[in-house]
Amino acid sequence: MVAARADSFALAPADLQALRFTLLQASLSAAVSSLLAIPVARALFRRRFPLRGALISLLAAPFVLPVVVAVMGLLTVFGRGGPINTGLAWFGLPEVSIFGLHGIVLANVFFNLPLATRMLLHGWQAIPAERFRLAQSLGLPPSAQFRHLEAPMLRARLPGIFAVILLICLASFAIALMLGGGPKASTLELAIYQSLRFEFDLGRAALLAAVQFALCAAITLAAARLTLPQGFGAGLSRHLQISAPNGWRRALDIIAVIVAAVFLFAPLLAVVIKGLPGLTTLPNGLWPAALRSVSVAIVSAVLATSAALILANGAAHSKSRMIELAAMLPLAASSLVLGTGLFLLVRPFIAPENLALAITILVNATLTLPYLFRLLLPEARQLQADYGRLTESLGLPRRTILRFVTLPRLARPLGYGAGLAAALSMGDLGVIALFAGDGGATLPLFVQHLIGAYRLQQAAAAALILVALSFVLFWAFDRLGSHYADA
Amino acid sequence: MTTKLLAAGLAIFASPALADTPVLTVLTYDSFTSEWGPGPAIEKGFEATCGCDVKFITAGDGAALLARVKLEGADSKADLVVGLDTNLTADATATGLFAPVTAQANTLPVPFEDPNFIPFDWGYFAFVYDKTKVTTPPTSFEELAASNLKVVIEDPRSSTPGLGLVLWVKAAYGDKAPQIWADLADNIITVTPGWSEAYGMFTEGQADMVLSYTTSPAYHLIAESDDTKAAASFTEGHYMQVEVAGKLATSKQPALADAFLAYLTADAAQSTLITTNWMYPAKTPAEGLPKGFETLIQPAKSLLMTAADAEAARAPAIAEWQAALSK
Repeated sequence: MVAARADSFALAPADLQALRFTLLQASLSAAVSSLLAIPVARALFRRRFPLRGALISLLAAPFVLPVVVAVMGLLTVFGRGGPINTGLAWFGLPEVSIFGLHGIVLANVFFNLPLATRMLLHGWQAIPAERFRLAQSLGLPPSAQFRHLEAPMLRARLPGIFAVILLICLASFAIALMLGGGPKASTLELAIYQSLRFEFDLGRAALLAAVQFALCAAITLAAARLTLPQGFGAGLSRHLQISAPNGWRRALDIIAVIVAAVFLFAPLLAVVIKGLPGLTTLPNGLWPAALRSVSVAIVSAVLATSAALILANGAAHSKSRMIELAAMLPLAASSLVLGTGLFLLVRPFIAPENLALAITILVNATLTLPYLFRLLLPEARQLQADYGRLTESLGLPRRTILRFVTLPRLARPLGYGAGLAAALSMGDLGVIALFAGDGGATLPLFVQHLIGAYRLQQAAAAALILVALSFVLFWAFDRLGSHYADA
Repeated sequence: MTTKLLAAGLAIFASPALADTPVLTVLTYDSFTSEWGPGPAIEKGFEATCGCDVKFITAGDGAALLARVKLEGADSKADLVVGLDTNLTADATATGLFAPVTAQANTLPVPFEDPNFIPFDWGYFAFVYDKTKVTTPPTSFEELAASNLKVVIEDPRSSTPGLGLVLWVKAAYGDKAPQIWADLADNIITVTPGWSEAYGMFTEGQADMVLSYTTSPAYHLIAESDDTKAAASFTEGHYMQVEVAGKLATSKQPALADAFLAYLTADAAQSTLITTNWMYPAKTPAEGLPKGFETLIQPAKSLLMTAADAEAARAPAIAEWQAALSK
């Protein structure tokens, strides 16, 4: 709809610079996030320690934080007067500024390392435990185990993970702008925002959105080509504890877990501490807004999960890459472009403010679909490879396959994905701001209103509630999935 | 087809009870209608006299309002638009969607003439600092640039205060503006998408100063009894933001719309605006300004480009800003 209004086809030099910068920060962030996730996910997979389960659950927390809240948390830890700079000052070292490319990468890694870790952990868990048993009874050293079991899994999953994080970082503009230190750090998304909001140049917005789309399509296709099937065959889905190597490998695992935990939870702790004092003076409008947000989140999570399951199954059955492409493209769409398009679409029929929540649900479902799809696709492929021929030869009806094969085997990523989708919709702000009418604010918009009215302490408390609710939603869906998978 | 049926079905549920009360639809930015904004009190006050129902529809901020007006074009359901500023009015007038309004008396420090818009509040942009941390605040952009102070500003491409700052430097320095920006580059720790992020960073102690308004310290003083915040007074003068309201030519309630504009600039609404928007009233109410406002700095010079000048200066000034800070 917005594209239909495009009329000029030239990129300004500033746009080209924005394109370059967007690519640079996104690929750096994606590379760092996915590489760091390998040791962390492996340690979480093969070690058992107190609070391991809690740690894995909490891994989702950074990812679901609203950007502004997360950036404030990061600034408390890494910014001026934070523990890092205070520590440096003790040793007489100069202050390190968080602002700049490294700050953007830091924030993006903060958001995406947990996602990458969790996706890789699913990968490790999907290697049939019997294969590890076999390797160990054959007396394979850890390095050979890595080569024969873990490397193929990484080969199968890393390109997809890298691509999804790359796409997430491409479309973010608030992080780049807030931590980038100036207009050097302009991204394409900002240019889209500017042309839609300030210049009202729908043509330029459409052109830029098209460039972003093309970029994302190219990345998705490239990732798909690089992905190789791992071919372990089906396991018995038994829960076997795999004994892990000792010695320096153990030390390395411990370090990986501790470093990741401190890096991820220190800013979260800052958010919690900042929010606590305001909890006693919460404003009246908060709970209705929270209720609205929770309903939006649940409905859009269910919608997105169903759609992603259908698409992932379809993509696993078909040779064509088109389904994959279609499912990944929403990552490239900014919520502003999507929202503006929908606004133009529904306006002739009905006042948009009467549909604000419905549209928010729809847009959130669309925007979270790619994450879910990316989570489900490798599992669905695996399932098709392992059980596809069996179920076909048995001539099982589709409903039976879904109930007895697909759902139980995909329960873990489905639950995790639905949780992520719910939490992401909770935190989303972009769309509702376009449509909200009188008193229809969701919780993120409510937080924004509080800040806008200088009520920063109450805003911090409301943000804490937002984070807590997002996390509870995520946790509930995730538990539901694991529960079903283990049953 | 399905969509149409669905839309029609939803429309039946969504339309308000078919009463005889006329509805006045006001398009405004969303913080205007929030629990702490002026919207609720103004709605109640006007409804008490007009025998009508005031309905707000919202869009993000001033720039988003104009985008919304352009998106909707001639078939907008809104009667009034409240919350554009003078940097946007030339663009708004050019759409031909606004109708002339009756001018209201005002107490602005500069003459205001626009046949299509009525000012309802205004403020001076300023750098706000914490008196306990910055003891000798800069008195000009040049002093700020020469100091080691770290400031956080808003992006002119996504926020109205950001645009105000760029026009401020342009209005004060003209052709020297790029040099000022180049000198300021090492003082600017970062540029945020909007006012909230910048102000948040400042209150968290990440920056020494933030681009806000001379009236910001009044909030801390009056609502929080905190007198540590102050605005730095610059000898170049301070650029103004004047918030205006206008009537759409397509309004089906032109008389009611006029009555609303008159109400908006009368004492009751003006008093509400002072302590909800934390800006100066367009026309000082009879009881004067609230206690605490007398502590605010009084700029020696008020800077404001005309709507036409601001429109012409906007794109080149943003380009200069971008070029100077991208080095």
